[in-house]
Amino acid sequence: MPFMLPSILRNVFSGPATRPYPANPRQPFADARGELVNDPETCIFCSICAKKCPSQCLAVDKELGTWEWDPFACVYCGVCAEACPTKSLRQTNVRRAVARDKQSVAVQGQPKPKKSP
Amino acid sequence: MKTSILPFGPQHPVLPEPIHLSLTIENETVLEARPALGYVHRGLENLVAARDMHQMVQVVERVCGICSMIHAMCYCQALEEMLDIQAPPRAEYLRVIWSELHRIHSHLLWLGLFADAMGFESLFMQLWKIRERVMDINEATAGNRVIVSVNVVGGVRRDIDEDQVAMIEKELVTVEREVKQLSLTLLTDFTVKKRTKGKGVLTREQALELGAAGPTLRGSGVAQDMRQLGYAAFKDLDFEPVVETGGDSWARAAVRFKETLQSVDLVRQALAGLPQGDLAVKAKGKPEGEATARVEQPRGEVLYYIKANGTKHLDRLRIRTPTFANIPPLTVMLPGLELADVPVVVLSIDPCISCTER
Ligand code: SF4
Ligand code: SF4
Repeated sequence: MPFMLPSILRNVFSGPATRPYPANPRQPFADARGELVNDPETCIFCSICAKKCPSQCLAVDKELGTWEWDPFACVYCGVCAEACPTKSLRQTNVRRAVARDKQSVAVQGQPKPKKSP
Repeated sequence: MKTSILPFGPQHPVLPEPIHLSLTIENETVLEARPALGYVHRGLENLVAARDMHQMVQVVERVCGICSMIHAMCYCQALEEMLDIQAPPRAEYLRVIWSELHRIHSHLLWLGLFADAMGFESLFMQLWKIRERVMDINEATAGNRVIVSVNVVGGVRRDIDEDQVAMIEKELVTVEREVKQLSLTLLTDFTVKKRTKGKGVLTREQALELGAAGPTLRGSGVAQDMRQLGYAAFKDLDFEPVVETGGDSWARAAVRFKETLQSVDLVRQALAGLPQGDLAVKAKGKPEGEATARVEQPRGEVLYYIKANGTKHLDRLRIRTPTFANIPPLTVMLPGLELADVPVVVLSIDPCISCTER
């Protein structure tokens, strides 16, 4: 215990090590892995992201032009955003907020009807 | 004197890990300890049937909630060996940096829990306060605190730029200073010594015979560390395994304490020698055959065995985690101890039961 004394004294005279959380949340780091954003204008609904996703939380339908993401099954690895050929899918640095209900995020783009043979 | 059998765990106020021990006790003295496992089996190895070999990187990261990066690195090394590719030098250095950062935060976490198990709450808080700096480095460089997800078969997915190198170096100075400030408390304090010296002794012969791994082995005087194999960039870095000869809880704590400082040094060496170049090579093809890889986790040697059959899914994945190797030594450490020392000695092998059961 006597060896702790310098640390204890330092702690008394320095500010608190914690932050008053909900009142003063920390700003995210620039490279933090947060929510995904997909731009329906540039997405070509190729499904590469959905095929690469390790937690299989993306569903893409080319014919309907829909892209759907389940933020509650996502592990925020960023594999999908790296694989996107058009860079329409981006990973932001803002973490998903806590929520009362699980909801998925859907993006509607231009439907691409099957070419008739 | 009549003996009785006392169940210890899987839920225990001191030990956060779900291991069950049947302790045969006479009065307060332990005569025999029989471990029982299987409370948190998740079947991760079986997921190879449902996820392809590249997606498995994200699965094996979740084997351990503390040294996630090292699991993924080991898996990627095994697969790289099978695909006959070599990660670029920069990727190997970055792997060393992140894996040693994981070792630092894992050891600090453990030292804190160890102090907590002895009832030394203020030391616990101090250590975790230091650990928070390392978590911040992880988040600033890799985007996440624990599951950094930087590995990919063939290299790494994230880079560290000049500003981040400066930031890491600055933070490490503080981490090193603050850890050193606690060295007297951790290694020489009367209370700490009273609870750890001569408790849970594992001799060198027993450690070798029972196949102990990691700091548990090195605390018994065996200088064996998988980093000596020179995987990733360890071949270029200067390091000697930390060894203590006492074989008791104190020796194991001392090994981890010194390894924390050693890892700080290794990160510095890797940052200083960080070569320029690519982050990853393309991993193409569907391999066939078998491969194994061994790396040093904070808890000891982890071994990955993979078998592939020429499809995008692996045939078999087998993970041998260090805690699995350290449970048999536990059965010789515990007999003869007072009941109150049991949690501290069980903790001294740094058990990670959810890794063990995967
Ligand atoms: S987000 Fe990218 S990868 Fe996914 S469907 Fe759209 S274009 Fe393809
Ligand atoms: S971040 Fe990872 S888990 Fe989430 S949707 Fe993208 S690939 Fe899937």
